[in-house]
Amino acid sequence: MYSDKVLEHFRNPQNMGEIPNADGVGTVGNPVCGDLMTIYIKIKDNRIDDIKFKTFGCGAAIATSSMTTVLAKGKTIEEAMKITRKDVANQLGGLPPVKMHCSNLAAEGLHKAIEDYQKKVEKK
Amino acid sequence: MQRIHLDHSSSKSIHPQVIKIMMPYFSQKHGNPSTIYSQGHEAKEAIEDAREGVASLIGAKSNEIIFTSGATESNNLAIRGVSYRNRTKGDHLISSTIEHMSVINPLKYLGKKGFKTSYIPVDRYGTIDLEVVKKTIDNNTILASVIYANGEIGTIEPIREISEIVHSKNAYLHVDAVAAAGQIPIDVKKDNIDLLSLSSNDLYGPKGVGALYIKEGTRIQPIIYGGGQEKGLRSGSENIPGIVGMAKAAEISSRNMNNESRRLRALRDNLITGILDTIKESYLNGHPTMRLPNNVNIRFKYIEGESLILSLDMEGVSASSGSACTSKTLEPSHVLRAIGLPHEDAHGSLLFTLGSGNEEEDINYVLSILPRIVKKLRKISPLTPKSLLEDT
Repeated sequence: MYSDKVLEHFRNPQNMGEIPNADGVGTVGNPVCGDLMTIYIKIKDNRIDDIKFKTFGCGAAIATSSMTTVLAKGKTIEEAMKITRKDVANQLGGLPPVKMHCSNLAAEGLHKAIEDYQKKVEKK
Repeated sequence: MQRIHLDHSSSKSIHPQVIKIMMPYFSQKHGNPSTIYSQGHEAKEAIEDAREGVASLIGAKSNEIIFTSGATESNNLAIRGVSYRNRTKGDHLISSTIEHMSVINPLKYLGKKGFKTSYIPVDRYGTIDLEVVKKTIDNNTILASVIYANGEIGTIEPIREISEIVHSKNAYLHVDAVAAAGQIPIDVKKDNIDLLSLSSNDLYGPKGVGALYIKEGTRIQPIIYGGGQEKGLRSGSENIPGIVGMAKAAEISSRNMNNESRRLRALRDNLITGILDTIKESYLNGHPTMRLPNNVNIRFKYIEGESLILSLDMEGVSASSGSACTSKTLEPSHVLRAIGLPHEDAHGSLLFTLGSGNEEEDINYVLSILPRIVKKLRKISPLTPKSLLEDT
């Protein structure tokens, strides 16, 4: 059902955890639906210097969260905003069709975290 | 790595004696019982002997057994066949909120065709509320369809009490006994059951075969029309190897039931206690005592069932879950919702169904790996309270 790449990221999730003084935090999903994820980012010189995630959900939810953080790390804010859920799925060697929409939310979480950062910067 | 199968409600291996008895019916004994030459007689005799074998598992008479393609067809035949045949008597059908989809969906279909349907709620252990049955049933009720024991949460229902209420209004009682048969003694005469569905694979027989017990005198019509086999109630050339296999499986089940159920109950209780004692915020789903001998259903707060199953799979264990992520509908199990669990708790359920191949060392193995798996997933989850991560 899942590709080897998905299982690899599920088994050894990258960048799992929280960033205590994150510059931006984005949460997407809902425990009622069975998927909830939070992305934390630290920005330095307009780049994603550090990124971490926490996810409640199925194997696909955990693997896509992990892959999203891998893709985003080191990217500029503009580049990171362009990462789509399709990119994440492609990098994982594809996802089962039903998982494309319900569990592949991490790219949105990343965008939300960046927007959160941008709002904080504007306020300053 | 040797796999440990703890998902017997999804699939069981066929008993070697069953395979052995089936084999000749694929080749030299390939007769069709509708023919009148000797191979036809041989096939006819094989079916009639098989009827006797299946009947004896549930205390029925052999002429009260109809063979089908499986429990889904048996449930459909019972529900649709009785409802349509008795429509002149009434149009009200009763069932419960924890039935199998092969009961719920025929009832939904009949609801669209003008029948009225009522679903009796269950309490937090999954036991059908008898008071609501009494209040819901009326003179217009023609059929009640109730599960003997739910295969997902293991709860055994008060069938005899339900039977008394249903028959006080002269309605028919159909019982889905797929999960219960072969695990606990069933007697259709003592329980006064009118129709009862059985699955072959659940008795360690071949897939693609099932049976429906229909009490003599029950008014029912077919749902499949054709050459008139099985007293006209199930047309189509009989699946002789499957039928012979199912009967052998039923016979072995009857013989071994007491010992095997006692053995499984001990393993089940070790697994339940072992999990609840070592993993914080884990809870048993289903009834603590009125429970199928093979059923362990636990929910773990803050994590999701599919990731539990994947993690167990990576360590050689097959299990199941009521999580939406493991279903085709993306909804969590209706059974877990019916016992009152909120969605997020239903997602975190893990189902082990034990069976003939399981030994104590399998249980010990699961108990040795599960706390670590739960801890890892809880560490990844944003829902887990910090205090829980610190002290486990």
